[in-house]
Amino acid sequence: MRSPIRLERRLEQPKWLNWAVPLISLVVALVLGAIVLWLTGKNPIDVYQRIFERGFAGKKAFSGALEMATPLAFTGLCAAVAFRMGLINIGGEGQFYVGAIGAAWVGIAIGSAPTGITIALMCLAGMVFGSIYAAIVGLLRAKFNTNEIITSLMMNYLAGILLNYLIFNSTSYWRNPDSPQFPKSKDIAARADWNTYKIFGVEMPIAFLISMLAGVALWFLYKRTRFGFEVSVIADSPKAARYAGIRTSSTIVIVLALSGALAGLGGAADVGNFRGLLDAKGLQMAGYGYTGIVVAALARRNPITTIFVAIFIGGLTKAGYSLQGPDFPSGLVGTLQGLILFTAVAGEILIKYRLRTNVSRAAAVAA
Amino acid sequence: MSQSAVRMTGIVKRFPGVVANDGVDLEIRAGEVHALLGENGAGKSTLSNILTGLYRPDEGTVEVDGEQRVFSSPRDALEAGIGMVHQHFRLVATFTVAENVVLGESGGSLFMNQDEVATRVRELSDRYGLAVDPSARIWQLSVGEQQRVEILKVLYRGAKVLILDEPTAVLTPIEARSLFATLRAMADEGRSVIFISHKLGEVMSVSDRVTVLRGGRTVGTVNTSETSTRGLASMMVGRSVEFERVVRDNPADTSVTVLRVDEISANDDRGRASLHDISLTVGKGEIVGVAGVAGNGQRELAEVISGMRASTSGRISVGDELVKSGKARSAIARGIAHVPEDRLHTGLAASHSVEDNLALKNYRTSTISKFRLLKRRAIREQATALVERYDVKTPNTTTPVRLLSGGNVQKVLLAREFSALPKVLIAASPTRGLDVGAIEAVRERLVAAANEGVGVLLISEDLDEIMSLADRILVMYEGRILDDVPAEGADRERIGLTMGGSNVQEVAK
Repeated sequence: MRSPIRLERRLEQPKWLNWAVPLISLVVALVLGAIVLWLTGKNPIDVYQRIFERGFAGKKAFSGALEMATPLAFTGLCAAVAFRMGLINIGGEGQFYVGAIGAAWVGIAIGSAPTGITIALMCLAGMVFGSIYAAIVGLLRAKFNTNEIITSLMMNYLAGILLNYLIFNSTSYWRNPDSPQFPKSKDIAARADWNTYKIFGVEMPIAFLISMLAGVALWFLYKRTRFGFEVSVIADSPKAARYAGIRTSSTIVIVLALSGALAGLGGAADVGNFRGLLDAKGLQMAGYGYTGIVVAALARRNPITTIFVAIFIGGLTKAGYSLQGPDFPSGLVGTLQGLILFTAVAGEILIKYRLRTNVSRAAAVAA
Repeated sequence: MSQSAVRMTGIVKRFPGVVANDGVDLEIRAGEVHALLGENGAGKSTLSNILTGLYRPDEGTVEVDGEQRVFSSPRDALEAGIGMVHQHFRLVATFTVAENVVLGESGGSLFMNQDEVATRVRELSDRYGLAVDPSARIWQLSVGEQQRVEILKVLYRGAKVLILDEPTAVLTPIEARSLFATLRAMADEGRSVIFISHKLGEVMSVSDRVTVLRGGRTVGTVNTSETSTRGLASMMVGRSVEFERVVRDNPADTSVTVLRVDEISANDDRGRASLHDISLTVGKGEIVGVAGVAGNGQRELAEVISGMRASTSGRISVGDELVKSGKARSAIARGIAHVPEDRLHTGLAASHSVEDNLALKNYRTSTISKFRLLKRRAIREQATALVERYDVKTPNTTTPVRLLSGGNVQKVLLAREFSALPKVLIAASPTRGLDVGAIEAVRERLVAAANEGVGVLLISEDLDEIMSLADRILVMYEGRILDDVPAEGADRERIGLTMGGSNVQEVAK
């Protein structure tokens, strides 16, 4: 029994597919979502309109979208950087926590340094902590060829346990001794509070600006540098890389360290720009690291697109929170996000392969 | 006994640029072990793929039990009683033997009856001396036992004709002996066994008849009892073609050694010793041919010299400078160019553009990058010049190399390797799979490089190629160099025998 439709690998991938397919995927996701909404007795157009209003339309809504987008931009970049070399770093979540721990440490410890220096030091701490944490995964992969998906995932749980230990189960440097009933961390020093700018009435956290800069820098790194060239050759064919004298093992470690640094930077932003303390429970509930994988997948590993996708997902999430209520179930936005991911991954296949019907093949053979 | 189980007549199979089978005839009788002998590229695999339904012949007919058949899939062939035991096993490592045996069987019920299958498997294994525990899991088994499972799989489905593709390549001598006993037992029951090999000794000891293929054609079929290793060797290597030796403008200067390999040993991918104390030298402008049947350490030798594989002992030097073991970067810096066997996935990054591939080895140099930044324009200019000079047919320099034809893929590779002005060139099967025009072009480039003083190590299974291009011929067998003779007036038959593992003294007798 032959199935009537086959997938056939495309020899050439036309450029227009790269933007057309994701857009069509999005439309298909919205249509599928509309069917779900309609089945549950809601008016899909009405719901989509409310999501758009609360998530994106207007200065206030867009400010909210940017705030939600910031951590996702960092974790998205974290995943995208590793994807580009064919490494699947699921560990953005844990690297984000560890970065937050490092940045909070600096933020708490810092006394009277000027704000600019404080921000720089917190960023640095977040990056160093995140990159070391991810480099462990890289070393294991480079030395023992362990599967980075498994190790990075397991290290997420470790990082979560570490967070809980620091805040709930010990009297660590991070824990606030004044609040024994409700364990929480010390607040970071006032000077460690990061800036937020108002641009055309939209509140733009400084961390979001940093993520945009990082996106552009990564694009440049991959497009224009020797390192980027080496990464792309390794991704294409590890054998060819070995043949050309490219140091594959150290590149693996560097790419994962870079990936972890980006997630760690996100963790620093979370402490400095948004929460003002190390929120052990909040961080673990948010799951930024996992959502970042979705962001990177939707952005097709492109660091600049990642920023835009982060805004999109950020706005959706924001709308989901603010619309939550009896007539708007909390699972709705999650369902929508799931549908978008599903259609995006399906669309990815259509970029690489084309659909052929076996009928036309039979005709071609006969001809 | 003399009734024919399979008869293939006038089989022609063409691939783009290559004729793999060019009028092959093969007749297999019921109850015989029939060896199919030939060098790599002689067309053995294509022929067996046609018989098992993987390929369709362009011309010719296949008859099974006197009835003409057209197979459109391996399943069709299996239903007609033809089963293949592949060289690379197709087993699920975490499944049991019994589960693997029934895997993919059509028309079975959804749930398998473990006991029933186990009983049948045991019965078959007893009958043919294929000792293996049906409930063991594949990963627990030795390679020899895994092969038995492959054979059981085919027997379980009722195959009357079994094709074994180089079955002894993975076996120890003791395992091989027990395999031969199994093959004999199957033949005695009236089944037919097609035994594909290029080892003369084995063919002599196990087969009833032998068909020799060469260059896609049948050379002939003989009764094993009426021939000898020597007779088979001369059939295999052939002596009909009177080829001309290339006349060099600028002969080799062997007083200057450019490449010196000193007692190199190395392991293969699975960690088994595959090179044993290999020593060789290549002089300035000298072409040294390495003859041998594939899988006797040639790939490992090329990889060790080009720094892709670490050696376990010994040293390699270019001129007076040592090459660091296992460091391709060091080999490139010393002036070793390498045209690997697997051009598209080792020698090139297939999805990258022509221009990126032309910069694959010199992107670290100052012409191509500065302050670790790539000069895109320099990359494009270099590519434009090389595409022109080496006559690469490509739509433009940004086309991915995987879209180019085989001949142009090789040209891209050669353009990069030759333009680096190497001192030593390692060329592994540089003309395999190319069409006649491209073969000629590649050979001319090799000779031109040698004329300019490059020391060339030409590793090839094509003995004609080696005999017409090389100054000196080394013969490799099981990771050792068994013979070292000048190519001028070399004795083909002796080389052929040495390639098959008969040692030199024996030949001399």
